[in-house]
Amino acid sequence: MAEPLLSVENVSRRFGGLLAVNGASLSAPAARITALIGPNGAGKTTLFAVISGFLKPSAGRVRYGGEDVTGERPHRLARRGIARTFQIVQPFAGLSVRDNILVGAHLRHPARAVAVTVAEEVGREVGLGDMLDRPAHTLTVAGRKRLELARALATEPKLLLLDEVLAGLNPSEIRDIVPVIRALSTRGIAVVMIEHVMQAVMSLAEHVFVLAEGRIIASGTPAHVTADPAVVEAYLGRGAAAKVGTAHVH
Amino acid sequence: MSIEPLLDVRALCAGYGDADILRGIDLKVEAGEIVAVLGSNGVGKSTLNRAISGIVRARAGTIRFDGAAIEHDKPAAIVRRGLIHVPEGRRIFPNLSVRDNLDLGGYRRAAERRATNRERVFAIFPRLYERRAQSAGTLSGGEQQMLAIGRGLMAEPRLLILDEPSLGLSPLLVEELFALIARIHADGVAVLLVEQNVVQSLEIAGRAYILADGQCVMSGRSPDIAADPQLKRAYLGL
Repeated sequence: MAEPLLSVENVSRRFGGLLAVNGASLSAPAARITALIGPNGAGKTTLFAVISGFLKPSAGRVRYGGEDVTGERPHRLARRGIARTFQIVQPFAGLSVRDNILVGAHLRHPARAVAVTVAEEVGREVGLGDMLDRPAHTLTVAGRKRLELARALATEPKLLLLDEVLAGLNPSEIRDIVPVIRALSTRGIAVVMIEHVMQAVMSLAEHVFVLAEGRIIASGTPAHVTADPAVVEAYLGRGAAAKVGTAHVH
Repeated sequence: MSIEPLLDVRALCAGYGDADILRGIDLKVEAGEIVAVLGSNGVGKSTLNRAISGIVRARAGTIRFDGAAIEHDKPAAIVRRGLIHVPEGRRIFPNLSVRDNLDLGGYRRAAERRATNRERVFAIFPRLYERRAQSAGTLSGGEQQMLAIGRGLMAEPRLLILDEPSLGLSPLLVEELFALIARIHADGVAVLLVEQNVVQSLEIAGRAYILADGQCVMSGRSPDIAADPQLKRAYLGL
C-alpha cells in the first residue's frame, strides 16, 4: 500500500511542565477525510500546530509526501501544500471577501489577475460567490467559517487541516457545508479535521483518531471508535454516545 | 406593588451604521429563571446581548434591569448592577494567568469577596484550578470557554448572559456545561442563554424566545417549543 501523505510518528510536545502531546502517531491518506476528536485540552490543536510548523515537536517526527518535514517553518510547509484553518477565525475585517481569499491565492500566483481568478473560483467553491465584494466583517458566523476555509484552500493545499470549522453553526448550516468538505477530498485533498460535531464526523470521516491527555487512545472507523467504552468515557458522554449510536443505525 | 421582572426589554432596536439589526424586541427574564434565546446565525442574537449589556447603544426602546432603566448606562455601570455578559468567542486575556483573568472578572463588583468567589469558580471548573498559574493563551479552546464563564461568575452576577457557551466544547463537556449552568442557576442566578445547541438549551431553560430577522417570532415554554417540529424546521435549522 502507498505511503500516506501525512504520517505523524510518536510526536510529543512539552510546554514547561505540561506534556500537551505525548507520543501521538497518526496518518492521513490523500483523497480521504480523517478526523481527530478528543476532549477539550487533549492536545488536538497543539498537534495541528506541530504538523503545520507553528510549533516544533519536543520529540517525534512529521513525514509528509515521503519526506521528513519535522520542524519546518509554516510558510515552507504552506509551499509544500499544507494549509490549516483556525478555531477563532480572524479575517482581515475591513477587506472584502475576495481580497481576504486573495491573500492565500498569492502564495502560488504572484500575478494579481491570475490570483483574483483563483480567489473567485475558491470563493464560489465554498459558497461565497455572491459575497465576494462584501467586507469580511459583515459576514455571519457561517460566512466567516466559509471564508476561513477559502483562505486556506486558496493556497492550493494537498493536505488541509480543519480546526473546528463547524463550531458555532446550526444544524442546517452544517448540512450546507458538509458537501463542500466532502468535495475537497473527492478532488484529492487529504483532509484532517478536528471536530466536535459528531454527526458530521460520522458522515464525513473514514478514519477517526481519538486523542485524550496527549495520547491516541483509539483509532478506527467512526462506528468503531464511538462504540469504544474508553472514548465514551473520555469524550462522548453517554447521552451523545446514545445519539450517535442511533444516528448510525439509520 | 407589582413585582417587576429582573430584566425587561421592550421594543428594543439596535444596529451598526446603516444596518438595523434588532427591529423591536420584547423580552423578559424573571429572577431565578433560565431563558433561552434561539435562532439562526445572523438574526441578531449577539447584537441583543450587546445592547442589553450596553456595548451597543439602543436606538429605540427601553431596557430595565432590577427596576432601573439601563439603556443609557455604560457597560461598566451595568456590570456594577450585576448584569454580566460572557461574550461569544471567549475574549480572555491570553498573556495573563488564569488566576489574573478570573480576578479581573471581580474587579468592579464583589472585589472584597474575590478569594471566596475564586474558590467557588475553581470548585465548578477544577481544570482551571490545575492551570491557575498558566497563561490563559496556552489553554485549550474548551478551557478558555470555562475561563470566560468563570470570569463572569467572579462578578457575582444576578443575571448572567451566556453567548454560545457550548461553542467548541466536546460532547461530554457540553453535557457537563449544561449541568453546570443548571447548578449556577440553582444558586439563584438568572441566566439568559444564547445558543445554537437548541435541544440541550430547551432542556434546561424554562422559557425560550426565537428570533428571526431582528424580531421575536415566537416565545413560550420550552416544552411547547421543543414539541413543535414545524417551528424547529422553520427557525432553528433542525
